[in-house]
Amino acid sequence: MSLKASRVLALVGKELKRFTREPSVLFMAIAFPLILTLAFGASFGSIGGSETRYPVAVVNTDTGVWGSALKTGLTGTQVLNVQNYTDASAASSDLQQGKVKAVLVIPVDFTASVDSYRTNPGNPAIWHNTTLALSVDKGSMIANAAVPPIVEQVIAALVTGKSAATRSPVTVSAPTQVESHVISQFAFMAPGMFGYAAIFLIMIVAGAMTGEREQGLLRRISVTPTTIGDIFASQVVSNMIIGAVQVAIVYAASSLMGFRPQGGVPGIALAFLLVMILTTCSVGLGLVVATFARNAGAATGISFVFILPLMFLGTFVPAPESIARFVPTWYVTDALTSILLRGAPVTSPSILLDVLTVSVASIVIMLAGVLLYRRFGKS
Amino acid sequence: MKAIEIESLTMKFEDKTALDGLSLTIQEGELFGLLGPNGAGKTVTIKTLCGILQPTSGTAKVGGYDVNKDQEKIHKLIGLCPQEPAYFGYLTGRENIELFGHLQELPNKQLKENTARLIGAISLSEEADRRASKYSGGMIRRLSLAMALINDPQIAFLDEPTVAMDPQSRHATWELIRGLKKRGKTVILTSHYIEEVEALADRVGIIDNGKLIALGSPDELRRSQGAASLEDVFITLTGRKIREEG
Repeated sequence: MSLKASRVLALVGKELKRFTREPSVLFMAIAFPLILTLAFGASFGSIGGSETRYPVAVVNTDTGVWGSALKTGLTGTQVLNVQNYTDASAASSDLQQGKVKAVLVIPVDFTASVDSYRTNPGNPAIWHNTTLALSVDKGSMIANAAVPPIVEQVIAALVTGKSAATRSPVTVSAPTQVESHVISQFAFMAPGMFGYAAIFLIMIVAGAMTGEREQGLLRRISVTPTTIGDIFASQVVSNMIIGAVQVAIVYAASSLMGFRPQGGVPGIALAFLLVMILTTCSVGLGLVVATFARNAGAATGISFVFILPLMFLGTFVPAPESIARFVPTWYVTDALTSILLRGAPVTSPSILLDVLTVSVASIVIMLAGVLLYRRFGKS
Repeated sequence: MKAIEIESLTMKFEDKTALDGLSLTIQEGELFGLLGPNGAGKTVTIKTLCGILQPTSGTAKVGGYDVNKDQEKIHKLIGLCPQEPAYFGYLTGRENIELFGHLQELPNKQLKENTARLIGAISLSEEADRRASKYSGGMIRRLSLAMALINDPQIAFLDEPTVAMDPQSRHATWELIRGLKKRGKTVILTSHYIEEVEALADRVGIIDNGKLIALGSPDELRRSQGAASLEDVFITLTGRKIREEG
């Protein structure tokens, strides 16, 4: 099964022309991942990023009755979803991660301040002045517009029983703008999209091998010095190129839909590498399908025997890890989730283990496909 | 020198014997016509000589190389125009021809020269850069022939190359085949157009039920059977019963 670069390159050129000239193949390899990413981005991009009630973290450091009363008043607005925090730094961290839209810190002397007003409402000279610290998510225009006035209204009603314009010893600081990193549902799905596209190459490879066998093309090629190894190698190389194009498309489309991958250049480089390794697995499974499929139509149907588990267990669909670990796509998605979503370094041990596992699995599946096709699939 | 040597070649498919001890020698530079009714074993013979099928028993040599052992060497010497034209519909005619030139490892200069010459010879110049899926049946036949001859093979196997061609295309194909003969190439031609074989072939072999039943020049065969034409010889030897493909 010797290989010759010039023959492999000629066959790769032929395969790439097929990808660009056959509408069904072009759709499956290029348009499908693009449409899928855009559709999922549009559907799930906002989920997790906005709510009708705004979650507001309230850190009550006042031990008096008025601190509790203020929390009750804020809850009673039906607009704010008050979440109790005891630690201001934890509240601030959640604001940065987009889990809450604002943080309000009730100062230690809040009750003392309210009491000073209640005792002498007409004598500001003896009031005990205090300030509540308010921070708001910079990226949420609605939270910025709605939360500060609501908080001020509730405080004014509590302290003076009048509007916020009434003078009192309690003031709210000018809101501090905090930039949050909101993780939408789509962001959780996006790493799985990279492997998802490459899975469908199984169908494309199986269709090519059965179709060309059916039309007598493989037989005709076999009467030239071309070896079966040249044909397998051309499938691997051409599908790796398509896999790389798919990564670029998914990356661009998911970015367009609001996904902001972490990990920088090393992260995206690893995404290319992992998907290209996964295409080898897809070629191997495509050869397995082509071994048993009588014609190109049957190959399409049989391909789903592999496509469905790889898709539902290993990409963006939540699945029990104990089962999902049996499919190579899970390792691709796991590594990409760690890097692109959580910003883990590409050299972390768990990611390297994922890369190793998917590499070994892809090589084994490719060899199985080659052996099966050579033994049973050539005629 | 012998281009083809077949000795006691037998090919069995489960319950059918396609070749039954066939022996035949074809000389270098000879244009050899292989005739026979449907299912007689013509295509099986060609497929065996090209290494597509492994014989059940017997030996065959192509260009001095054993078909069971030296397929890579044989594939560099030969060109096959199969009975069913196989081509890539999404490639243009020129790209199909060039692809097979690359697979035959032709140097670029020779590839371009041979492609241009063949496209002219099969009258595809104006359509060469259209996708083959848009070609008519006759154009596809001519394209298939050009794909087989891109490496200017020493031995060309042409399995019914003129089926479904109009008279103009057939004459152009005959000229191409005569050109091969003039340049000293060996051609093994099968056809159901017996007058075509009669006009082109140096020698003719008629096979039936996997056996060689007649061999000689068209003149020798006519004389031996006292027949006016090669078609009469064919009918006399193979009968009038209609055969189906095996």
